[in-house]
Amino acid sequence: MYTEVVMNHFKNPRNVGEMKDADGIGEVGNPVCGDMMNIYIKVKGDRIDDISFQTFGCGAAIAVSSMLTEMAKGKTLEEAKKITNKSVAEALEGLPKNKLHCSNLGADALQLAIKDYEDKMSGRGRGPQRPEDKHEHTHGESCKCPYCDGNVDDGLEFCSHCGREISEDH
Amino acid sequence: MKVTNLDYISANPLLPEVQNAMIEAIKENYGNPSSSHCLGDQSTEVLEQARKRVAVLINSALPEEVVFTSSGTESINHAIKGVALANEKKGKHIVTSNIEHNAVLKSLRRLMKMGLGYHVASVPVDEHGLIDPSDVAKAITEETILVTIMHGNNEIGTIQPIKEITRITKEKGVLFHCDGVASVGVVPIDVQDLGIDMLSFSANQFNGPSGVGGLYIRRGVGLWPLHDGGAQENGKRAGTENLIGIIGMGVAADIAFREMESRLVHVRRLKERLIKGLNEKIEDIIINGHPELSLPNLVSVSVRYIEGESIVLMLDEEKIEVSTRSACASGALRASHVLLSIGREYADSQGTLVISFGKETKEDEIDRFLDVLSDAVDTLRKMSPLYKKG
Repeated sequence: MYTEVVMNHFKNPRNVGEMKDADGIGEVGNPVCGDMMNIYIKVKGDRIDDISFQTFGCGAAIAVSSMLTEMAKGKTLEEAKKITNKSVAEALEGLPKNKLHCSNLGADALQLAIKDYEDKMSGRGRGPQRPEDKHEHTHGESCKCPYCDGNVDDGLEFCSHCGREISEDH
Repeated sequence: MKVTNLDYISANPLLPEVQNAMIEAIKENYGNPSSSHCLGDQSTEVLEQARKRVAVLINSALPEEVVFTSSGTESINHAIKGVALANEKKGKHIVTSNIEHNAVLKSLRRLMKMGLGYHVASVPVDEHGLIDPSDVAKAITEETILVTIMHGNNEIGTIQPIKEITRITKEKGVLFHCDGVASVGVVPIDVQDLGIDMLSFSANQFNGPSGVGGLYIRRGVGLWPLHDGGAQENGKRAGTENLIGIIGMGVAADIAFREMESRLVHVRRLKERLIKGLNEKIEDIIINGHPELSLPNLVSVSVRYIEGESIVLMLDEEKIEVSTRSACASGALRASHVLLSIGREYADSQGTLVISFGKETKEDEIDRFLDVLSDAVDTLRKMSPLYKKG
């Protein structure tokens, strides 16, 4: 199912753990839909000096987090902003079709961590680390299509974006 | 490394006796049971022998009450849609429960979407996944034509009080279909004693081949066929029979019936050992399902703070195969409706494993699973933002 690179990062994840003195934190996802990712960055000058992650999620989500931290470490903030879900997925030599959402999650978490740092630096205080509060998820909230990462409303049997069959149930 | 299969609920290994019977059947080059020449007669004979064996397993009064299908899913579709379409003048209301298999849920959803006026009431379950039969009684209306409720649940193992439910459906004159896929061949099922009108089941749950199922239809119950065509299966299921598979199913049913008691003793012992080990070795877990009224060959455990697919992957690295109910692994959007119905949190549902086993499973395989799982849980919890104990 997964490439060797994915399995390597899943089995030996790099840069795991919470960073107590992080300069920027990005948190995305929620347990309702099955995955959560936190990215912590430490910035020196204009470079990401250190980076770590915490992930609740599937093998792809963990591998994406690990690869992402490796790609971002040592990069300038401007370079790191160019890291996309696509470049992470490519570095992993591909992800299964229904795991696009996982790679997007990683890129989003990194960008939020950078934004968090920049907001603090510009004196705007800590901005929103994540789009919504992770503890308040009602059944009405939409999850993402695992294939195309589009928002999917409750009760649909087909993704309204990519048309693939999806299921609320098991 | 030897593969440790603890995912029997997905498919059981074929018994050697079943394999041999099927290989012999292939070599025999049987004809079409519908032909009136001697090749046809020979195959009719083996077909009917298999039917008798399956009938014995579920104690149906007449072998003709057993219809061979392609799967448990087909049987369920046939029972639900067949009854609905045959009884549309009588009524269009169907009662089910909140923890049914997708084959039931989606068959019902399809009926509702056809625009013919079918509607469904779904009864809740308690924290153990148990239905209160009085809820079924309350849900039945003048318009109700069918109650469909599963026997053993394939995700949490809970076994429903079927006899009490059929007492109600009989009294109210409503047909009762039971999804027995996870139970038939595993625990004793007696359709006459339980008062079941229709029972769906599958060969691959009792060491038979995949691609063969059965539908028991009590004599006198009228339902539309799902397939139109020839007069196979006493006119109840058109299409030339999967004779090789059916022969395999017959042998598997025969052995399951004869070995039922010894298999039960074996899997009950394994289940006890597994639950004890889980509770001793791993913190923050929830064992799902009813503590007593439950399938003896299955344990559902929610491992808090981590996600199921990643646990399955780690176990797979050690050649231990289990199943998970996480959304990520199943391609579903959310956690399992069964786990949510018994009150599990979303995150805990995502971290739920189903461990299922059978007569071939050894105690040391359970022990190895517990050791490997314990390590995997530690590793994954260290990565998890939900785990705060460091």
